[in-house]
Order: sequence, then structure tokens, then C-alpha cells
Amino acid sequence: MSELILASKNSALDAKIDTERITLNVGPQHPSTHGVLRVILTLDGEIVIDAEVVLGYLHRGFEKLCEEGTYTQNISLTDRLDYFNSMNNNWAYVKAVEMMMDIEVPERAEYLRVIMSELQRIVSHLACTGFFVSDLGAAHTPLLYAFREREEILDLFEMVCGARMTYNYFRIGGLANDIHDGWIPRLKAFLQRLPSKIDELEALITGNEVILARAKGVGVLSPEMAISFSTAGPVIRASGVPFDLRRDVPYSLYPRFDFKVITGKNGDIFDRYYVRVQEMRESIRIIEQALEQLPDGPIRIPFPLNVRPPAGEALSRIEGPKGEMGFYIVSDGTSISPYRVHQRPPCFIHLGVLRDLVIGWKVADVIATLASLDPIMGEVDR
Amino acid sequence: MEVINNIFVIIRDVIAVMLGFFLPPTLVEAIIAVLVISVFLGFMTVNVMMQVWAERKTIAYMQDRFGPNRVGPFGLMQSVADAVKLLTKEDIIPTHADKWVFRLGPIIVVSTALMVYGVMPFGDGMVIADLNIGILFAISIASIGTIGFLMSGWSSNNKYALLGAMRAVAQMVSYEIPLVLSIIGVVMLVGSLQMSEIVKAQSGLWFVIWQPLGFVIFFIAGLAEINRTPFDMVEADSEIVAGYFIEYSGMRFAVFYLAEYMSAFASAAIAVTLFFGGWQGPLLPPYIWFLLKVWLIFFVMIWIRATLPRVRVDQLMGFAWKVLIPLALLNIFLTGAILQPWYQGLVQGLAK
Repeated sequence: MSELILASKNSALDAKIDTERITLNVGPQHPSTHGVLRVILTLDGEIVIDAEVVLGYLHRGFEKLCEEGTYTQNISLTDRLDYFNSMNNNWAYVKAVEMMMDIEVPERAEYLRVIMSELQRIVSHLACTGFFVSDLGAAHTPLLYAFREREEILDLFEMVCGARMTYNYFRIGGLANDIHDGWIPRLKAFLQRLPSKIDELEALITGNEVILARAKGVGVLSPEMAISFSTAGPVIRASGVPFDLRRDVPYSLYPRFDFKVITGKNGDIFDRYYVRVQEMRESIRIIEQALEQLPDGPIRIPFPLNVRPPAGEALSRIEGPKGEMGFYIVSDGTSISPYRVHQRPPCFIHLGVLRDLVIGWKVADVIATLASLDPIMGEVDR
Repeated sequence: MEVINNIFVIIRDVIAVMLGFFLPPTLVEAIIAVLVISVFLGFMTVNVMMQVWAERKTIAYMQDRFGPNRVGPFGLMQSVADAVKLLTKEDIIPTHADKWVFRLGPIIVVSTALMVYGVMPFGDGMVIADLNIGILFAISIASIGTIGFLMSGWSSNNKYALLGAMRAVAQMVSYEIPLVLSIIGVVMLVGSLQMSEIVKAQSGLWFVIWQPLGFVIFFIAGLAEINRTPFDMVEADSEIVAGYFIEYSGMRFAVFYLAEYMSAFASAAIAVTLFFGGWQGPLLPPYIWFLLKVWLIFFVMIWIRATLPRVRVDQLMGFAWKVLIPLALLNIFLTGAILQPWYQGLVQGLAK
């Protein structure tokens, strides 16, 4: 397959000019590898012949660390996985423990969980969109527009849990603390503003000739390939596969909300961007519905600090902003620490497609494709 | 009024006359030339600092932030502070670099960027050398700078730098042609390559009215020529980190920056001279008019930089060869047709 692409695109090889291939080490210190990703590119001029992704520069032994901490302590570790997505990390972990112990979470807590999860989705998509355009070479204007809105959501998060990045807000059986009086009006005001701000961001990007030239038809991920690589989230939906755990494997309160599953057509870089922008609008709708239905009540069931789940295993699945994410936890029934914790990291799985998407394209397309896959190294390396 | 309009020319002449009392004429000429060039160098350096400050500040406001505001009022001294910092930094030459080529690269880049101003008329008679091939000189000197890019990229012994240098050459080859072709229309209208003649020919209407297509092509090709967004693949910080000057540090790095902003200003200055009536304008002194117009064009460049991402290197070249060159040729054809006597007769006949 890759040889075919090469034969058609590589004029230097066609003309039988004696060229020398160069190996270019992109990263681990590079402005657009989203942290410490390393890609070893083999180039023929500007054309990519091979790309090898090298991981592990941010490995912290998360899964092993979880075996040392108690079930409750581990929640704060999950914050550090995908740091643009801490709320959903919390949720996926807590959900696995709750599944193991058969706990019913109070309704108000569930609603707040949905709200936090969707806000976090907006944050993640905003950051991804901003970085994506910056990686295409813009002077960070869209990035700063996106971060301006992200800032407001971070303020909201700070109001509920006191932290702006690592929230540690979810607890087994509920949430850490309730929202206070001023929070909902502020959230509502923000939600009113947000669509126009997303329009503003879109005005810079969606119709931009340069972006269209760079992103349309580049890095095309076919639906078959998207499925066989087990991609999920915006990446698989951009390829035209309408797969969304919130609808297909309903969890929490999602069946109560009305929202669309956004899909793209071509599976190229542009579609992945566009799906994310549309999903932000859907998230706003979900939050608005959740705010309308939000009941009063407790936000946590009374629970001991250290839990000892019965022996067994559980696998949680939730729809994170980057894709399907979940935790697989095994308990031996005697310890207050899990016997084994494993995360399904969407970012890591999406990096698997990178090589096949970039072979035959230019160096600049590697950066653009990488940005559209939205990897966060905290989660990739764990 | 007349005195203020020509103040710099008068000062130069007065000094020349005073020196002429006790020095031979050739020496006077040499001293005056050195004086003019030093004053000019000082002006350009300060101007580049202002450009950097203006660019950072403008982009900052476009992005909803404040930009530099710590050093001096409105952060005006930020560029000075940066320059001092760069001057005192360690000057590193990579171990496996080709040392002499490495050192020569920035010198060539900055000197060619400066030489373009040699023929630039800042006012009536305010020109260092009013060559009769002025515009040809400016364009050809500007393209020599590419050799400096290639030298610094090649000698750095760094793959990113090599890629940047190769991109610079590829870009120059594709963009020099539409750039020159877009100027030909103006030259045909004036009948001279001399910059002062071109300015004087625009005392009535600016050539941007007669040559709108020529101006657009010149502006786009000029952006590519000076490696500014959206054609900054040569330095492309998100792809090849900094391109040809990735290995440079300290003052050599600063020199590249200097050259970049000077060529941006030069490109805007040529655009003003060719299409916007040069230094001509009512009320204000000519040099003020000239700088105003050039800064306005430079502001548009900043604006573009804040808005657009970068195109890909092959797309840029395709655009140059498939779109700009045919359009430039069409522009030359149209200009030639309008200049034909039978067309002039037709217009006059219709007017009657």
C-alpha cells in the first residue's frame, strides 16, 4: 500500500535521480509534538517515506502506582493522565470502582457529572482546535481565542473544586462537594456567550482558504482503517462512522438528553477539526438540558475513606473528548488498593494510525495530521 | 516649508560645502557617503526595533492580550532590552559546522537587505544613489540574500536548517519571476527603471489605479520573497523549528532578525515607490509621507500574519507557477495593449 503511494507521488524516484534519504528526528523536543512525542521520519527531500513513532519519554508508571495507592487516592492520579480531560478521567476511574461495588450514585451527582464532563469536552476540543491551527503555522491567534474561552471554563471548575487543572473532583459514590449558589447563573451566562465565540473561532478557520488547502484531503483515515485500528471519538466519527458511546452504549443519564452524533464525510484533517467544533455546540445543548433538569439532593452517598471492593473485575467505558476511554480494574477482595489498574487510552491508540496517514505526504502534513489526532502525551505514556 | 521638506538634503549639502573649503572634492564625496550611510544605518536599526515592537503589540491586541508592556512606556524599550540580551549571549558555532560559511551567512543576508535601500527615494533627492537601473538593482540585490540563507542552512550541519535552506531556494526560484514580471507593467508605463522617475511619473494618479493586478501580484510575491506569513515555510517554527537559522545564537541570530524586518520594510517601500506615489503627498514633508505609506503596508503584513496560517511548500510553488506567472503575463499584455497608439487614438476618438 505505502509503496503504491510512493510510486505515484515521488517524482524523484520516478526520474531515477540518485537521491539520498535523510532521517529526521522530530522531537522529543519540538514545538509541535504536543509534549515529548518523538517521530523518526525518513525523508526523500520533503516527502515522508517512513515515520516511526517513539514513545515513553513521559512514562511515570501510572498503572503500577495505582497498585500502591488506595482506591480513593488513585483518583488524583488519574487527573494527570490527559491533563486537558481530568474530569472524564476521574469519572471513568470512579465508574469502574462503582461498577465493582454496585453503587448507585445520587441523581444530582450524576447530573453534575454530566455537566462537568461536557464542559471538559469543550475545553479539550477548544485546546485541540487552537493547537491544530497553530501547528499549521498561524501566529497563535485562533489558539488564544480558544484559550480565552477555556479560561472561563477553568474559572468555573475552580469555583467547584478549587483547582484549574487537576480537579480531583469525583469521588466513589458521588462528587467531592456541591456547587455553590453563584455557579449556575455564571455557567448560564457563559453558555449564552459561548456559541458566538465559537462562531468567531470558526470564522477564522472554517472558511480560510489556506486552512482548506492544507487540511482538505490530507491525512485521510478510511472508515475501515478507523475501525480496524479501534480509533474512537472525533477521529472515527470524522471518518463517517457514527460511533458514540453516549448514544450507542448509554451510560449515566445520557439517554435523557437530546443530542446529535456528529459525523464527517472524508475522514481528513479538516473533518476531524470540524467534527470537534460541532461537538462543542452539541455539548452546550447537553449542558443546557442538564441544567434544566438538575434536581436537589445529596451529591454523595456516605462512604468510608478506604473502600475494599469484593474480589472481581470491572471495565468502565465512557466517551471522552478524545475518544472511548475506560479503566479496567481488578480487585483481590482483601486490599484497599486495586490489584491491577489498566486504562484504555484513546490518544495512544490514535497515534497508531499516524504512520499510515503520513507516508507519501510532506513534512508539514505530518505536523498537521499529528495535531488533528490530538494526542496528549500525559495519557499516551502514562 | 521648503526648508522642512528638504531638511536632510540641505544638511548634507551644507556639510559638503563646508568640508569643500579645506578638503579635495573626492574626499568630500567619500566622507559625505560614509556620513549618509551611517545616519541611514542608525535610522534602519531604530526602525527595525520599532517594527518588532509594533508587530508584537499589534498582534497582541488582535489576540486580546497586551503584548510587551514591562520595559519602558508601552513596552517601547522591549526591543532594546532584547537587543542587549542578544548581544551579551554566548555566540555558539556548532562543532561540525563549516565555520567560515556559517559566519558569512548572516553577513550576506543582512548586507543585501541593507543594500536594497541604496536606491530607495525617501524624499525628493533623498536617495543614497539614484541609479538609472534603480528598480532592477533593488530586485536583483534582494534575491542575492537567498544565497545567504542557503549558506547558513547548509553550513549549520543540521537537517532542519538544511530543509529550511532548500525551501528558501525553491521559494526564491518560484517567486522571483512573478515579482519581476509584476514590476514590468509599471516600468512600461514610466519608460524608465530609475526610482525617482517612477515616483515623479505618479504625480497625477498612483500606479495602483493603473496596475491593480500588478500590485496584488507584487504584494503576494513580495510576501513570499521576504518569508512572511503565509509564506514563511523557510523558518516554519512549527515544522522545521526555525529553519536555516536554527543553530544561530546571540548577535548572529539578531542579525537574521534584523535582516528579516529590513527586507519586510524594503518590500513595503518598493511597493510604495512603484504603486503608491512614493514620497508624494500634500501638506506633510515627503519623508513623512513615505514612512507613513510604508508603515501602512507593513501594518497589512502584520495583519496577514495574525490571521493566516502557513501554506505548504509545494502549494506555494504551484500557486506561483500556475496562478501568479500567467496573471503577471496577462498584466504585461494588457499594459502593452493600452500603450498602443491605436488604443490611445480609440480612447481619444471615443472621448470626442
